Amino acid sequence: MTAALQRLGASTLETAATLGRAVLFLLRVLRGSGELLRRPGLVVREVYSVGVLTLVIIIVSGLFVGMVLALQGYYTLVDFGAEQSLGVLVALSLTRELGPVVTALLFAGRAGSALTAEIGLMKATEQLAGMEMMAVDPEHRVIAPRLAAAILSLPLLTLIFNVLGIAGAWLVSVNLLGVDAGSFWSQMQAQVSFSDDILNGLIKSVLFGVMAGWVAVFNGYDCRPTSQGVSRATTRTVVVTSLIVLGLDFVLTALMFD
Amino acid sequence: MDNSRTMEIAVGAFVAAGLAAAFVLAMQVSNITAFQRAEGYTVDAYFQNVGGLRERAPVSLSGVQIGRVSAIDLDPDRFEARVELTIRSQYDDLPSDTAARVRTSGLLGEQYVSLQPGGMPDSLGPGDEITLTQSALVLEEIVGQFLYEQSGGDGQ
Amino acid sequence: MSATDSEALIDLSGVVFSRGPNRLFNGIDLQAHRGEVVAIMGPSGTGKTTLLRLIGGQLRAHAGRVAVGGQAVDRLSRRDLYRLRRRMGVLFQSGALFTDMTCFDNVAFPLREHTGLSEALIRTVVLMKLEAVGLRGARDLYPGELSGGMSRRVSLARALALDPEIILYDEPFAGQDPISMGALMQLIRQLNDALGLTSVVVSHDVDETLRIADRAYVISGGEIIAAGTPEALRDSESRWLDQFLNALPDGPVPFHYPAPPIADDLRAEAP
Repeated sequence: MTAALQRLGASTLETAATLGRAVLFLLRVLRGSGELLRRPGLVVREVYSVGVLTLVIIIVSGLFVGMVLALQGYYTLVDFGAEQSLGVLVALSLTRELGPVVTALLFAGRAGSALTAEIGLMKATEQLAGMEMMAVDPEHRVIAPRLAAAILSLPLLTLIFNVLGIAGAWLVSVNLLGVDAGSFWSQMQAQVSFSDDILNGLIKSVLFGVMAGWVAVFNGYDCRPTSQGVSRATTRTVVVTSLIVLGLDFVLTALMFD
Repeated sequence: MDNSRTMEIAVGAFVAAGLAAAFVLAMQVSNITAFQRAEGYTVDAYFQNVGGLRERAPVSLSGVQIGRVSAIDLDPDRFEARVELTIRSQYDDLPSDTAARVRTSGLLGEQYVSLQPGGMPDSLGPGDEITLTQSALVLEEIVGQFLYEQSGGDGQ
Repeated sequence: MSATDSEALIDLSGVVFSRGPNRLFNGIDLQAHRGEVVAIMGPSGTGKTTLLRLIGGQLRAHAGRVAVGGQAVDRLSRRDLYRLRRRMGVLFQSGALFTDMTCFDNVAFPLREHTGLSEALIRTVVLMKLEAVGLRGARDLYPGELSGGMSRRVSLARALALDPEIILYDEPFAGQDPISMGALMQLIRQLNDALGLTSVVVSHDVDETLRIADRAYVISGGEIIAAGTPEALRDSESRWLDQFLNALPDGPVPFHYPAPPIADDLRAEAP
């Protein structure tokens, strides 16, 4: 019994210590972000590997999520004779919730884990230490561009996800299920507010980008420099990012949409 | 190195696609085009019960949308709901005895304000009040009334 | 070879360092003078790599003084530490080349980060550094395509890119075939003399290291148990040193892990 309590106490302290390290790490990285304005080429390179390469899975998922939403929404709405509202249903679901959240989860799985693995491997092969000994701060040179890339990419990916979701829903609703195209769009345009729905969804995606990027680079930087350590860190990134995104989404939704 | 050139082009295309998506969402999906507040004049209408009427609900006359509900609040003196309607400036000669009514589009659709023109020669101007109003239909009251009539009213 | 009248470029005095419960260093005194090749030897696990990290300022000593070029390394601000590090080159045991860049870009990295030289000038410098280690022809290869010995030489070229005054070598001969070892030995000695460097070589490859070193320190049990020229060490009377330098399997460091007599063990009933 006491052994279990001891372990609980130790792991709580360990979690607190990790959180503290993560915050200090973030502050140091942010201090180096001024350099990025002078060397945008570094960020461009990372946006390519983090954003552009995630594009494929985002496009495919966006299309399918939109199509499924339309199908499921239709089956429920048609019982009330309200299938003309399908456009509104899909657009609001996507821009407010599904767009930011699903994109962030997919990002964590594809780009977040890749970031963690890359940085972890650089640590394990002493590339980060080597850089330090060459008087180049790896937190500014290696980490900051990757974090900036995550923060820039996630909103863009979310927007693309949303558009493709609505396109997929339109395909299914109007062409497959026979919903009237006019009502599909006009009701959507009447009900979806730019400032309340689209902008709020965008704000969510920026915050998710910060979280996903931070967790990914920190886990890579902090991991034990062995192959086992790197693999554990990669899994941890996906799990922790997913939990944080879902929890943060709840808080933001409660704050934004009341 | 043209490897980095391809990379730069790809990133540029990615950012452009994202911005285009934002544009499409703004224009095609949301109501940003109907967001012009300045292009209209406001009139007030007081209702006993606005039902499910929300801000930005359409205001139509003969089925044509001519404006939007810009504000809904409670008037503390009259204990009625004050609904502020923004009518597009091109429709500036609505008769001063125009009636306003809260209706529902479809059975479960959103509620909107329908205007019925009167016959007076002078027009509603900015800040005027629409005096003839009819509140929203509240389902429970209708059902209650129906049941009351069914049971034969006061008798029996 | 060694400049006996110059000040010690690297000076450790009374350095104490522990890692967790282990006391790695219990008062170490160590010096490297300008132009010398100094060897630090000892059995595995005695913390020789840690010593290099203390010199480079990656770790801070718990007591004592670590001075490089007269400056106390652990007292320096981040900016001054980075400025000091530009005067040092480090050769890591694993090479530590950046795997996503070619050899050329690896060697060019410190130049691009710290100097404002034009690409044409950088190209000249990089080619010369690669030439010095004999790998100018490999400049467009990626680290993954190199053998262990080759990647160490590219690392050396990179460490030399900014023309440092000091080079620290972490186990440069570990796991190398005789030819690569010979090449590296020659490089370390010749570059040191030709460029007027001060080199600190951490290694447990006794023969190779003693052949190129001007002076050597032997560390064991957290202390320096022997220091001097290679000849002085070989002539020493210490039995421990004799075992270490001559690779004798048994001696003051016993072959057998402590155990009861074998006759008793065999006679005992099997469980």
